[in-house]
Amino acid sequence: MKERRSRALTAALLAPAAMFFVFLLLVPLVVVLVFSFGVRGPAGGYQAGFTFDNYLNLAARGKAFYNTLTLAPLATLLTALFAFPMAYFLALKANPKYRVALLVLVMAPFWTSQLLRYYAWIMLLGNKGIPSWLAWIGIHDVRIINTPVAVLIGAVYGFLPLMVPPIYVSLEKLDKRLLEASADLGATPVRTFFQVTLPLALPGVAMGSMLVFILLMGDYILPQFLGGGKVFFIGNALVDLFLQSRNWPFGAAVSVALVAIMFVTIYFYMRFVLSKTDTRRAALV
Amino acid sequence: MRCSGLMAERKLIVPPDDVASMIDTAAGLMELQETIFPGGLVAQDQNVIEFRQVTKRFGTVAAVADNNLSVKAGEFLSILGPSGCGKTTSLRMMAGFEQPTSGEVFIRGQNVTGVPAYRRPVNMVFQHYALFPHLSVADNVSYGLRQRTPRPSASDISKAVDEALAMVRLDGYGKRRSYELSGGQLQRVALARALINRPAVLLLDEPLAALDRKLRRDMQIELQNLQRDVGITFLLVTHDQEEALSMSDRVCVMREGKIVQTGSPRELYDRPVNRYVADFVGKTNFFKGPSTDETLSVRPEMIEIAASVARLPEGLAARVPVKVLNRIFLGEHTEYRVASEALGEFMVMAPRKSEREAGVYDIGDMIAAGWRAESERILPNT
Repeated sequence: MKERRSRALTAALLAPAAMFFVFLLLVPLVVVLVFSFGVRGPAGGYQAGFTFDNYLNLAARGKAFYNTLTLAPLATLLTALFAFPMAYFLALKANPKYRVALLVLVMAPFWTSQLLRYYAWIMLLGNKGIPSWLAWIGIHDVRIINTPVAVLIGAVYGFLPLMVPPIYVSLEKLDKRLLEASADLGATPVRTFFQVTLPLALPGVAMGSMLVFILLMGDYILPQFLGGGKVFFIGNALVDLFLQSRNWPFGAAVSVALVAIMFVTIYFYMRFVLSKTDTRRAALV
Repeated sequence: MRCSGLMAERKLIVPPDDVASMIDTAAGLMELQETIFPGGLVAQDQNVIEFRQVTKRFGTVAAVADNNLSVKAGEFLSILGPSGCGKTTSLRMMAGFEQPTSGEVFIRGQNVTGVPAYRRPVNMVFQHYALFPHLSVADNVSYGLRQRTPRPSASDISKAVDEALAMVRLDGYGKRRSYELSGGQLQRVALARALINRPAVLLLDEPLAALDRKLRRDMQIELQNLQRDVGITFLLVTHDQEEALSMSDRVCVMREGKIVQTGSPRELYDRPVNRYVADFVGKTNFFKGPSTDETLSVRPEMIEIAASVARLPEGLAARVPVKVLNRIFLGEHTEYRVASEALGEFMVMAPRKSEREAGVYDIGDMIAAGWRAESERILPNT
């Protein structure tokens, strides 16, 4: 009796998430999959059919795939490299009194609109910004805006607040006695970092990287603003296909390809991370 | 060389001829001693660790005050005291996790004041083991060897790990992860991880506190045997007087950052220097002393009881009628709490053997208690 009631309660608690998952994720995904095999209607949109043409045609958007698949991982790596020292300082070196305040400061950029921040970067990276300052000290003709570098700078800046907290958490819960044990056994501080601190912070790095990578893969505002139509991502291609040329079946095929690539990448990435860390700890990720 | 010496020294037999040729020169003598006492003890009487007027302050509080502790080579020394007495801080200054505010620390005759932990020839077994959760048992145990330059060969390392695991009776556990082990097994991995480095001194920080009572008993015996087998100096920090008394060659009692008394367990028990040591080491009864600065201490097992004052044996220094307040059966003996009009309440340990002759007394019985003059200790209250 009691068991049946607790089971009903479990089901009731799970229902909202399950409904959300089924109707807003699974169903649309099936629709997209069906669309990707259809043909473009005479006035755009979708017309039923069954063809592999959309998939065979993917190479037409090869540049978008190439940009996304090179810049998104690179930007994720750079963000992790910038975030780790910050998280390390916050978790292990900063005065505990100010820890929360500092962590809030890391998040502070989120308080203003994303568009506003990207506009600010357009100013900074544009010809009247940093390049003009460089010209002033004798370095001429530097172009940053509308290049992959601008997209990378924007990505690191924009996603740092998402990368720092998970790394901070894994460093924070790291047992400080392990660092003493390592020193006691003769490891220099540098070796202790690479042999103990880093491996044990890896779940946090993996978590943050996953978060940033997924968001970057689907991003289109960042490349549009800082890449200026020259450095475009898959997201920009989708906007173009669905809203401009209204070739829905081809857009659907690009979407399916994106989801497939993400799935495979994440799968192998997680397997790699799990093999590098204690499976029980990494299971949290 | 030092890593493979782990087991070698236990079965070491040096042929007499070799001994003669080895001690031809002073260098040969050093080499012989290095073989017999790996870890480089030169003389058995030397202090492996010595504190010279060591003081450690945290803010305005002196955790350790003007301490002159010394650890002799090859001994099992315990630092005993309540929490906050400075025993853990002392240990951490030996390991190099803390540096003294003033004074000097010597290890094997070398001044190591200011030297960081990773350059000190001592190893520690942490209170909650502090095993690396991302490494297997074998990788935990070999950690110290892998930090050396030049790094020992993989085959030397794996041989040393096997020997170290065999030493703590964990043969074949190398591939396991720490979460697959029980508390006692974790403890033994921590021991192997420290001992494989053949430290000058093994520092043990309340190593048995996390174990249950039965296991703690077993580990006490195991630690003692292990220390005898490997011949490494052990320094144990504990607040558990029973643990300190049962395992150590010498015990150092600390209070408020200062050493109160150092001696063999028997010395501390039989000849405590003051009321504090008598109270902390074993059970005792305190009575009013000859002056206000002094207390009379009589151990409960030294007190004899009988059905009446007349039945008490001859030659007792004190004999008083008492009333039985409590009786606790403890197996090997019975603990009575009694009250006398003149002396107040006190405790008596009656061995089972005496019960066979005199029987068991009930609560409320009027009986008599007394003790011999040599059982009395007059102790300063400091």
